[in-house]
Amino acid sequence: MSAKKTTGAKATDAPLAYYPGCSQTGTAVEYDQSSRALCAALGLELREVPDWSCCGASPAHGRGKELQAAMAARNVELARAAGLEELVTPCPSCLAALKTAEAYAASETGRERLSALCGLDVQPGLPARSLLEVVHARVGIEGIAGRTAHPLAGLRAATYYGCLLTRPAELMAFDDAENPVAMDELLLAAGAEVVDFPFKTECCGASFGVPKRELVTHLSGRIVAMAERCGANAIVVACPLCHQNLDLRRSQLGPEGKGAALPVLYFTQALGLALGLEPRALGLNRHAVSTDALVRDVLAGRTAAGESSAAAHGRSS
Amino acid sequence: MKIGVFVCLCGSNIAATVDVETVAESARGLPDVAYAKAEMYACSEPGQAAIRAAIEERGLTGVVVASCSPRMHENTFRRAVERAGLNPYLFEMANIREHVSWVSLDKAANTRKASELVRAAVEKLRCNRGLQRSRFDVHKRAMVVGGGVAGIQAALDLAEGGLTVALVERESSIGGKMAKLDKTFPTVDCSTCILGPKMVDVAQHPNITLYAHSEVESVSGYVGNFSVKVRRRATFVDWTKCTGCGLCMEKCPSRKGPDRFNERLATTTAIGIPFPQAIPKKATIDPDACLRLTKGKCGVCAKVCPTGAIDFEMADEMIEEEVGAIVAATGYDVFDPAACAEYGAGRHPDVINSLQYERMLSASGPTRGHVVRPSDGREPGTVVFVQCVGSRDLSLGRPYCSGFCCMATAKQAVLTRDHVPDAEIIVFYIDIRAPQKGYEEFVNRAREEYGVRYCRGRVSSIYRVGDKTVVRGADTLLGAQMEVEADLVVLAVGGQPSEGARALAEKLRISSDQYGFFMEGHPKLRPVETNTAGVFLAGACQGLKDIPSSVAQGSAAAAKALVLLSRDKLESDPQVARVNPKRCIGCGKCVSVCPFGAIRLVETRFGTQVAEVVEAVCQGCGVCNVACMDKAIQLDHFTDDQILAEVNALCREWRVAN
Repeated sequence: MSAKKTTGAKATDAPLAYYPGCSQTGTAVEYDQSSRALCAALGLELREVPDWSCCGASPAHGRGKELQAAMAARNVELARAAGLEELVTPCPSCLAALKTAEAYAASETGRERLSALCGLDVQPGLPARSLLEVVHARVGIEGIAGRTAHPLAGLRAATYYGCLLTRPAELMAFDDAENPVAMDELLLAAGAEVVDFPFKTECCGASFGVPKRELVTHLSGRIVAMAERCGANAIVVACPLCHQNLDLRRSQLGPEGKGAALPVLYFTQALGLALGLEPRALGLNRHAVSTDALVRDVLAGRTAAGESSAAAHGRSS
Repeated sequence: MKIGVFVCLCGSNIAATVDVETVAESARGLPDVAYAKAEMYACSEPGQAAIRAAIEERGLTGVVVASCSPRMHENTFRRAVERAGLNPYLFEMANIREHVSWVSLDKAANTRKASELVRAAVEKLRCNRGLQRSRFDVHKRAMVVGGGVAGIQAALDLAEGGLTVALVERESSIGGKMAKLDKTFPTVDCSTCILGPKMVDVAQHPNITLYAHSEVESVSGYVGNFSVKVRRRATFVDWTKCTGCGLCMEKCPSRKGPDRFNERLATTTAIGIPFPQAIPKKATIDPDACLRLTKGKCGVCAKVCPTGAIDFEMADEMIEEEVGAIVAATGYDVFDPAACAEYGAGRHPDVINSLQYERMLSASGPTRGHVVRPSDGREPGTVVFVQCVGSRDLSLGRPYCSGFCCMATAKQAVLTRDHVPDAEIIVFYIDIRAPQKGYEEFVNRAREEYGVRYCRGRVSSIYRVGDKTVVRGADTLLGAQMEVEADLVVLAVGGQPSEGARALAEKLRISSDQYGFFMEGHPKLRPVETNTAGVFLAGACQGLKDIPSSVAQGSAAAAKALVLLSRDKLESDPQVARVNPKRCIGCGKCVSVCPFGAIRLVETRFGTQVAEVVEAVCQGCGVCNVACMDKAIQLDHFTDDQILAEVNALCREWRVAN
């Protein structure tokens, strides 16, 4: 398998404009922490967009696409003013907003509308990418394999990309929209086992956790249960909202997922462990579902219990 | 010149938005116009009679008809004036329907534009001269490209009609897709039993030369006189010696080559005959799988062959065929469902496509007719069919309906009940398309008598859990989500033009639609002709269709080719390029741009070179006119003077109006 490279992210060492997004300052502070730690270890220079503001997220999107694009465009222009040429964000929701701004900026009428709305001279040509794509493109499979100090031998990961990272396919233009493999490839390179997980791009319920909680607990419950059924001992994600629904809401989940003990890691945390970073430096102590046992197994280089049953489902590294 | 102008009302098609009497009246004031009249239907019998009468009674020497597009009726009117004794090229058409009355509702503007177009046509006609058609011999031999059921039918009809036929087939056996089918809808009769005899007829017909394992390399010439190079790809077996005994297949140690006939459900030997009823029943070596040809060792087949037919040194061979007509019948390819990642074809072993399932159902297929799960060979309890995979899907750039899959699925569902009586059989569909004779009744039988559960809705994803394949979709009639744990999933894949269709279209100089299906001359009235004279279409290469339609089209294309070649001589179109040798400087630019190779340089008695047009080859496209800097080459009937006369007439009108 090999990830489709669709947006043309290249191997370069130019510094990246880093747009953390609001979740990474609150509910998902460990995603921010592990993203920065991983990038530092990989030699990817992140420069936080100065005075960054809300990307628009769900509320602006609900009001209208143009408002969302304008709010995101402000951040793109701030990055440009700081002399940066490529934006990176760990959050798929932020990414969708930034890419919407990029799509608007491609046309003259779009630029005029956004400039009028956000009060900056909106220009095209500053692409936004997910942190996953940047790591995959700039560091790559060989790069991760070469830097892996502690192979993740005890990790049997269900890679969960969520609904937004690859979709809508025309906008996100990353990997195979229905069966993405970029995260699988990086984890395999880091010595982990990756199970064949059919719910890679299923919806977790996203922000409906507030207005319609039973929807989220049902959908997320199915995802956790499927990961267990496939023999995984952890779910690895790339989205703060997915993490919240699968980890923080674990005790609220539907019957099929409620009792599951498998922890939910960010891919940045998993790769950070492989590179030899300290668990606390990656924020692994901040999850609702404890990662202690898994981290202990991985650090010990041991394989976790119950592997024999999982071997039938999983792909070996 | 005495010109008559006839302005057609075309019922209300033109008259509703053009004042035809005013157009006729304005024509009467034009130079050389001796007569102008409005006609209800100029193309009808009384309309044509009026034109002929006017020519004879008033001594007209040229005629303009203002009516529809010349693509519609130019030939009709040319014949009419010819019957009245005029040269057919002393006739011009002004298109006041497609270019005027159907475009705008503004009657005043339409009337003015129609008058202008009539003036332009009159001015061109004043520059016209009578052209003479020449006659040339034809080859009373036809070529059929593609040996599926459509091509087989065309070849047999042509041969029975008295022509000799060259049938070119890319695979090592004729039979096409139909040979791979187990049964056919809506009669559920055995596909091989009805196709097999036709294939044998092809092999035995004295008028048919079969080139299997061959492809069309290049085509030159023109209607009646095509010259086709056929590449006979190396089979590494001398077919004049091969008896089809099959001993080589038994002994061949390379058994891991892809079995293309069985849609890669199985592997096969490097040397072999694709299926028991193959025509010709001759062995072929797959050079990618053969140990001798890839690694230089083995050669077991050569040792066991009782007739010494194996020839590892064989190379491709070129054959030149001279034919008067060509029938393209290149069929289709099935859509590769791996493009739909959400369905998991290629990743999940128990997800197969409909043609693979057909091979599974066939008694001569890889499972000897047993329906099994490819993952473990066990009989499935639940079989799910997913319709419209690669059809009616805008996200895949395939908005078209493939036409045959609804019925093929109904047939396969019925057969599944016969093979596995206890199976639960579910079909996910968007709409059921069953419009032909006996089709709707067949689908109803599948539902009612065979207990096939039809579920209206698309499948969103297919994934594997344990040894089950889960199909998730919607039942849009119940408004509910559906999740089915299936043992076997059959994707009813649509069709696409066969590989190489575009390249063949270029060789045949015919056009294709946006998907690559060959374009017919007219969607209703010239369904098997193309816009290249002498080239005809049959079967799914023109648009996806089922077996009955393909057979009908095969016969239709054969009939059209027989009509064409029933004449001993054909008349050439005199609208060809002509060189004025006094102006030609022999630069050769026209030779290099001519797409038909119709121009050559010849030496004059002064030792200089001038261009010369081979009239019979020239198609009258006019590219050389544009390329010639010295205006030495002109297209008869479309000379610079004639075009400029039209342009001047239009500009003059425009100046007056403004």
